[in-house]
Amino acid sequence: MQSLTDRKKVVGNKEMTFKEKLYLPAIFGGMWITFKHLFRKHNTLRYPEVKREFAPVYRGQHVLKRDEQGRENCTACGLCAVACPAEAITMVAGERKKGEEGLYREEKYAEMYEINMLRCIFCGLCEEACPKEAIFLTDRLVPSTFERDEFIYGKELLVEDVNLRIDITKRQLTGKRTEK
Amino acid sequence: METSELIEKFIVIVVLFTVSLGVAAYATYFERKVAAWFQDRIGPDRAGPFGILQPLADGGKLFFKEDFIPEKAEKWLFILGPGIAMFVALMTGCVIPWSTAMEFGQSVVELQVADVNIGILFIMGFLSIGVYGIMIGGWASNNKFALFGAIRASSQMISYELAMGICVITIVMMTGSLSLKDIVVHQHGFWADGYFTWNVFKQPLAFLVFFVCALAETNRAPFDLPECESELIGGYHTEYGSMKMGFYLFAEYTSMFISSAVIAVLFFGGFNFPGMDNFEGNTLALLGVGAMFAKTFFFIFVFMWIRWTIPRFRFDQLMHLGWKKLIPISLINMLVTGLVIAYLEGWFN
Repeated sequence: MQSLTDRKKVVGNKEMTFKEKLYLPAIFGGMWITFKHLFRKHNTLRYPEVKREFAPVYRGQHVLKRDEQGRENCTACGLCAVACPAEAITMVAGERKKGEEGLYREEKYAEMYEINMLRCIFCGLCEEACPKEAIFLTDRLVPSTFERDEFIYGKELLVEDVNLRIDITKRQLTGKRTEK
Repeated sequence: METSELIEKFIVIVVLFTVSLGVAAYATYFERKVAAWFQDRIGPDRAGPFGILQPLADGGKLFFKEDFIPEKAEKWLFILGPGIAMFVALMTGCVIPWSTAMEFGQSVVELQVADVNIGILFIMGFLSIGVYGIMIGGWASNNKFALFGAIRASSQMISYELAMGICVITIVMMTGSLSLKDIVVHQHGFWADGYFTWNVFKQPLAFLVFFVCALAETNRAPFDLPECESELIGGYHTEYGSMKMGFYLFAEYTSMFISSAVIAVLFFGGFNFPGMDNFEGNTLALLGVGAMFAKTFFFIFVFMWIRWTIPRFRFDQLMHLGWKKLIPISLINMLVTGLVIAYLEGWFN
């Protein structure tokens, strides 16, 4: 039968030719190849000093954003938890009391908000589901620890500091979300 | 023997000992660097500038590891194994002529520990003892993989010693002496009487066979079947740890250094270099040391180059190559050499 591609290769236990039996031509050929590699550019990054640049759309550890006046955006609607395919997100909603208007943007807020970083697959669906622009994925890495329960990140790790805003515009500008 | 002569020899021995250990230590570093370069990596660069303190760190680590002896092992043989390996590897260095004599005032210092008149036989003999280190270590471990490694090592070393010996005989026939010093002096300079003086140009086939055998004798890739991580989990030193393991590794690198030196002496003119007649005295001796070490290091590099290029031979291929190819080739080479020498001596006239 005629083959559709010419990539077919008949393999068999064929006798080696004299040149192959000598080994030496093949060995010198191999040595020439490795020798050429001596002068190639190496691919290693000296890690702690040099860090590899992430892609602009890299999805790392989450952040719960505050708005311009420092109020938490999250209203504990639970859409992120519903959207999460890994079921990594859980939360408890609370009602905003009088005098807390500077802390929470709407009347309802998340009293407790936890992401299990061991379950999370960093797909970014929580970010897509969020109607309040509260949760975003950043370019930070989740550091490793020795204990499992240390991977359950509560609000103290997730909510951004008012004085230390986390820039997520890089993803917004290059990413797919154009309007909200 | 006079006291001054004793002191002089003692100094030469100590220098050679430290140099061998230093070269072996830094060979481990360069092995890793060369491997890295061949694989487009950087290699060790954390300990000190460019990682040059890496061998010290490795050695320190080996010393502080637990010195473990398995319960079922033969204790004394287990300790003896690496000792023999190390001893043999260091001993072979003492008959190698590193350069011409140096003069310090009245005294003339030969840069060779012992000019034994059967130097090359001495080296061959010690190489054969080298297999005991591996064999005893593998046997004493009481581990089947270690024993496999040891058996492979001994059969391989015995097979390749034959071809190696025959190649040496051709060189000895051409020189007319078993002394390494005489062999080097015989290759004086680089060019004489319209041809190269170095033996490699007169005996390229012997050099090739000898080099392959040297790879096999030092258990280096592609003949590293005694270690063979993938099938034998490390071979004869599976059960070893701490500095005993370090001794085996050290012995491997030391014997690599010594084999490179022997190759340089036998085939590449030892401390001879082109244009050496323009120098004399201590300058010549120092330049000779430089030439000798340059050749030796080049061959160490070639050893590494081959290791990071060629995959390991299968055991039957190894035996096939040794017995059915290298030995006949070297025998024919010896025969032809003998006939040519006889012709030049005028036997057929």
